Amino acid sequence: MTYEAEIVTQKKLATDCYRLEFYAPEIALSAQPGQFLMVKTSLTLDPLLRRPLSIQSVDHARGLVKVVYRVVGKGTALLAAKKLGRRLNVLGPLGRGFTMLTNGKFAVVAGGLGMAPLYFLVQRLKALGNEVTVFYGAQNRYQLVLVEQLAGLRVNYVTATDNGSSGFKGTVVDLLREKGLPPVDIVYAAGPPPMLRALGELLREVGMPRTEVSLEERMGCGIGACQGCAVKVHGTEGPVYKRVCADGPVFSAEEVIWE
Amino acid sequence: MKPDLMVELAGLKLSNPILTASGTFGFGLEYEPYVNLRELGAVVIKSVTLNPRQGNPPPRVTETPAGMLNSVGLQNPGLAAVSEYYVPELKRRKVKVFASVAGETIEEYGRVAYSLAEAGVDAIEVNVSCPNVAAGGLAFGSDPDTTAAVTARVRAAVGNLPVFIKLGVMGGDVVEIAGAAAAAGASGFSLINTLPGLAIDVRARRPVLGNITGGLSGPAIKPVALWAVWRVYKELRLPIIGMGGITCVQDVIEFLLCGATAVAVGTGNFINPGLTVELINGLERALAAEGISGVSELVGAAHVER
Ligand SMILES: Cc1cc2nc3c(=O)[nH]c(=O)nc-3n(C[C@H](O)[C@H](O)[C@H](O)COP(=O)(O)OP(=O)(O)OC[C@H]3O[C@@H](n4cnc5c(N)ncnc54)[C@H](O)[C@@H]3O)c2cc1C
Ligand SMILES: Cc1cc2nc3c(=O)[nH]c(=O)nc-3n(C[C@H](O)[C@H](O)[C@H](O)COP(=O)(O)O)c2cc1C
Ligand code: FES
Repeated sequence: MTYEAEIVTQKKLATDCYRLEFYAPEIALSAQPGQFLMVKTSLTLDPLLRRPLSIQSVDHARGLVKVVYRVVGKGTALLAAKKLGRRLNVLGPLGRGFTMLTNGKFAVVAGGLGMAPLYFLVQRLKALGNEVTVFYGAQNRYQLVLVEQLAGLRVNYVTATDNGSSGFKGTVVDLLREKGLPPVDIVYAAGPPPMLRALGELLREVGMPRTEVSLEERMGCGIGACQGCAVKVHGTEGPVYKRVCADGPVFSAEEVIWE
Repeated sequence: MKPDLMVELAGLKLSNPILTASGTFGFGLEYEPYVNLRELGAVVIKSVTLNPRQGNPPPRVTETPAGMLNSVGLQNPGLAAVSEYYVPELKRRKVKVFASVAGETIEEYGRVAYSLAEAGVDAIEVNVSCPNVAAGGLAFGSDPDTTAAVTARVRAAVGNLPVFIKLGVMGGDVVEIAGAAAAAGASGFSLINTLPGLAIDVRARRPVLGNITGGLSGPAIKPVALWAVWRVYKELRLPIIGMGGITCVQDVIEFLLCGATAVAVGTGNFINPGLTVELINGLERALAAEGISGVSELVGAAHVER
């Protein structure tokens, strides 16, 4: 559904990186980790389309929903300029989220803002009494924007930065290779495509544990109608296209054909 | 007095002139959480081909100033799935259904149209203007003789069912092509399909779309669409479904004034999935406020000489 949600906080987390919180109790109640929103960034016809953003967390009691985003273009720049009290038109929650289990052991591998949907997941997995280890990588320590919040969830986590300014020096996949993957029920991952591809290769080497990845693709409708957000996956009779917005954004890593 | 939104489109009575543009509304069911499909004038479903089509490699969509490019490439589940599942589902909900047909050969258009007519659709739209496929599509609709041949084949396949030929403005003169289709048995026209376009990723120094080129839609193309509707209405006076960049009631009225009997909403659905129904209600309010008794008063009204 679409909502006119009041912006409650807008906070700069790092250069070009913001967290925006808005009041949308229906979304807060129904959202599942891995789901996303289609956000209108302008009241005019340019930018035209909604922008997909992952749900970073929700607050049931206060009816709040949070997103974390990086300014990369016109739409996200307009979003960053929005002031408190203004209304934001959001459509969602959309898509199929991560598999949720109880009494399990899980590894979470996040690259950059891939941490946004994964934070929500970790929060829920912890609340369900699971054991979770997080591998969190970014360019530098300033870009590990959700590390303090993560610490607040009291999960085991290790970090990696390209320049070694925090934790391991290298990518999060290098870190995982170095540390070794603990025995887990499911590996969950989100991040830039090169990271996910490298992760896929590493996981295959260690016998391909069950893995779920959250993917991004340019979207038209966000609700499964336009076939705009195609991702190539293995079908029963060869490769087929699935829709990131409606069949995903979470896919089994084995299913995805990386190109 | 409540204005009358009903329109008669090539003999079909529609409760209002708001339709959906093929390819932007899936098979209708995707929009059920947002729209009561029965309230729409009709649902025009995604173009259907004989066999399932995979479509083009991603990225398939990208935004441009006040518009978007798509290169979906007619991905669809094929005739059997549509005639055996989607059309019956829509009919069961008492929705008026227009089926858009596409193909790589004239014969394919005929076979697909025949089966969809058998499945009970209310009208056929013939897509001879898709810029995103190698065979059929725009290659057919840019030539008057081929367009006439496709029209005649579909007309023969579906008997008296209304047949709308969907055209763009590329390749040939839209009036000439529409005229050829009219002579071959078209009931009316759907104007316009997307315009060919391209977007460049400067950093990567290559086209954004996986298919390199795509079709431009959205508000950016509205003036072109109004121009096409204006000209075809003026020369042929056959019913027109107007589309291209509709996002508000004023846009709808502009198309009606140019000569469209009905309009279709495409890209606008992506911005607001409930737009179609909002336009129906908004149109009713706008007519009431202006003291206009019915939609038919507006159709082609801008052509009257002063
Ligand atoms: C399911 C999903 C979840 C996402 N979650 C987040 C998130 O939590 N935080 C965040 O910062 N970003 C997220 N993104 C990416 C985000 O949607 C883009 O960064 C954003 O759309 C860019 O818009 P813009 O106008 O600033 O950029 P522009 O480059 O000006 O946008 C032009 C067009 O390209 C599209 N686009 C550009 N980059 C992307 C991209 N990476 N993915 C999809 N579409 C893109 C835009 O939506 C727009 O239609 C997510 C994307 C998807 C598909
Ligand atoms: C994503 C997308 C897919 C489309 N698919 C089809 C299609 O399958 N058949 C067709 O006749 N037109 C197709 N179109 C064209 C639309 O039906 C319409 O003619 C065009 O988009 C102009 O209207 P708009 O500006 O309101 O979108 C498609 C358009 C878009 C944006
Ligand atoms: S964005 Fe339209 S189908 Fe996914």
